[in-house]
Amino acid sequence: MTRTIAVSARSDDATLPLASPADIVLKVELLRKKYGATEVVRGLSFDIRRGECFGLLGPNGAGKTTTLRCCLGLIDPDGGTIEMVGVPVPKAAREARVRVGVVPQMDNLDPDFTVRENLLIYGSYFGLPRALLEKRIPKLLDFAGLGNKRDAGIRTLSGGMKRRLTLARALVNDPELLILDEPTTGLDPQARHLIWDGLRQLLAAGKTILLTTHFMDEAERLATRLAVIDHGMLIATGAPRDLLRGHVEPEVVEVFGDEVRTWADMHGRKLAQRVEVAGETAFCYAADPQPLLSDLATRAGVRYLHRPANLEDLFIKLTGRELRD
Amino acid sequence: MRAIQATTKIWAVPALSARFVPVWRRNLLVWKKLAIASILGNIADPLLYMLALGYGIGSLVGEVGGMSYVAFIGTGMVCQSAMFTASFEGMYSAFSRMHMQRTWDGIINAPVSLDDVVLAEWLWTGTKAVMSTAAILAVIMILGYGHTWLAIWILPLGFVVGLTFGAAGLVMNALAPNYDFFTYFFTLVLTPMLLFSGVYFPVEQMPAWLATIAGFLPLKHAIDIARPLMLGRVPDAILLHVAVLLAYAAVAYYVALALTRRRLLK
Repeated sequence: MTRTIAVSARSDDATLPLASPADIVLKVELLRKKYGATEVVRGLSFDIRRGECFGLLGPNGAGKTTTLRCCLGLIDPDGGTIEMVGVPVPKAAREARVRVGVVPQMDNLDPDFTVRENLLIYGSYFGLPRALLEKRIPKLLDFAGLGNKRDAGIRTLSGGMKRRLTLARALVNDPELLILDEPTTGLDPQARHLIWDGLRQLLAAGKTILLTTHFMDEAERLATRLAVIDHGMLIATGAPRDLLRGHVEPEVVEVFGDEVRTWADMHGRKLAQRVEVAGETAFCYAADPQPLLSDLATRAGVRYLHRPANLEDLFIKLTGRELRD
Repeated sequence: MRAIQATTKIWAVPALSARFVPVWRRNLLVWKKLAIASILGNIADPLLYMLALGYGIGSLVGEVGGMSYVAFIGTGMVCQSAMFTASFEGMYSAFSRMHMQRTWDGIINAPVSLDDVVLAEWLWTGTKAVMSTAAILAVIMILGYGHTWLAIWILPLGFVVGLTFGAAGLVMNALAPNYDFFTYFFTLVLTPMLLFSGVYFPVEQMPAWLATIAGFLPLKHAIDIARPLMLGRVPDAILLHVAVLLAYAAVAYYVALALTRRRLLK
């Protein structure tokens, strides 16, 4: 059953009434949260269907983590409603958290325990009986590729191993919804790919995932649907492909060099639908890149890269190029 | 649009639940790994004081308050070590778990609330205090200075003393930007407590005004319970002393909980 929903969710359209209420795992409506005078989340709405991987994208300070903390019932919203795994939050947040797994942004494994003990102790916070945990833990360790690290101390693990253990820990209660807050920040490429493989296995097994990230390749690989948020508001939502089609020209030519600004003003802007210059790179967006490419071919010493548009282009278009801290 | 009812107001009544048990148990399991070192660490200082001052000064002053000076100061040390052990646990150890290791952040993502975590940590400070109380009490018994089963009641007293100072430590923990901050508590609270509560000499030896002030110190009330118990007597006004300790404990716990909520639930 979950499979068909996952497939139909892929066809996407946020307004399509394909999901019955029971298939909405997380429903956020008109969420608001203020810190002092600053409103960090400003009327955010989205919902996540069973079996999908929903990516919440946004620059630093866009309100992603605040939104997650509201969903978990750790902070009280100033307005709006949240329903997670069918339970109203924050009113019954504890009940909701029984059926949700969380991978936090910063590792908080328990350094006083071994790998196995970490899972055992964390399981005890869910009130799970020891016998059940003892049965579950070997499978979780296998899943995390930590079968041979069972009795190792946390301090001896690499960054990637710690993340995998944190992911395994989030599964200890066999959650309906898995929430991951920037799960691969700070990991090397090998470690990131291992995490992604793990998440794909979970999706194939029918789990629902909410993922925040600012890595566009991560979102592109995993998310069946995305929401781009900025300044606490939703700016776009949909399947990655549909979003790209709707917002960004399909082809990109990146032109590099000192003189790129002059070239862009003289020629680039006439040949592409849209040109953005950032430092010594001109990003030229076009449906048909041939005129651009022919022009560039005649210029000796110009370096350029022709590629299809990706989520990063979408993200930059929607949230701008200025730096966020 | 219906506004969501806030459930975690900073000064809300503590929401107590049995979910605190696994968190308390977590601390116990860590402690078990290092139990011997931990107990030795907690009792080495008070034992050295008890022996050095007890025999050194004891040979000059003889009996104090109807008991040998070793027993007198030993009983004081029992209370003092409960105080220090719990304060340490509420400050340094809790701060490690809350701030340095982010253990609490992990726990409150499970169906355990911050109120449960603070309750567990508070009871744990009391638990640790009982452990050091028991260790020192055992030494006093072995040395032959306590010869009454009534002294066993000093164990639950150690728990209450632990709750009083553990809660105060947790208040500091909730406010601390770093470990250095805890020095204030030692200088401003624990050292005066140690010197003016009758650990080393009877409070009655001090000028009346100072003795009156000492009457407000929780450690003095603990000692007023412990010394008679060690002598095999039921303490006078025991209910008053216990009430004072529990009142301090309850107020400090409530403040600690509120300040911890303010710190973490944002």
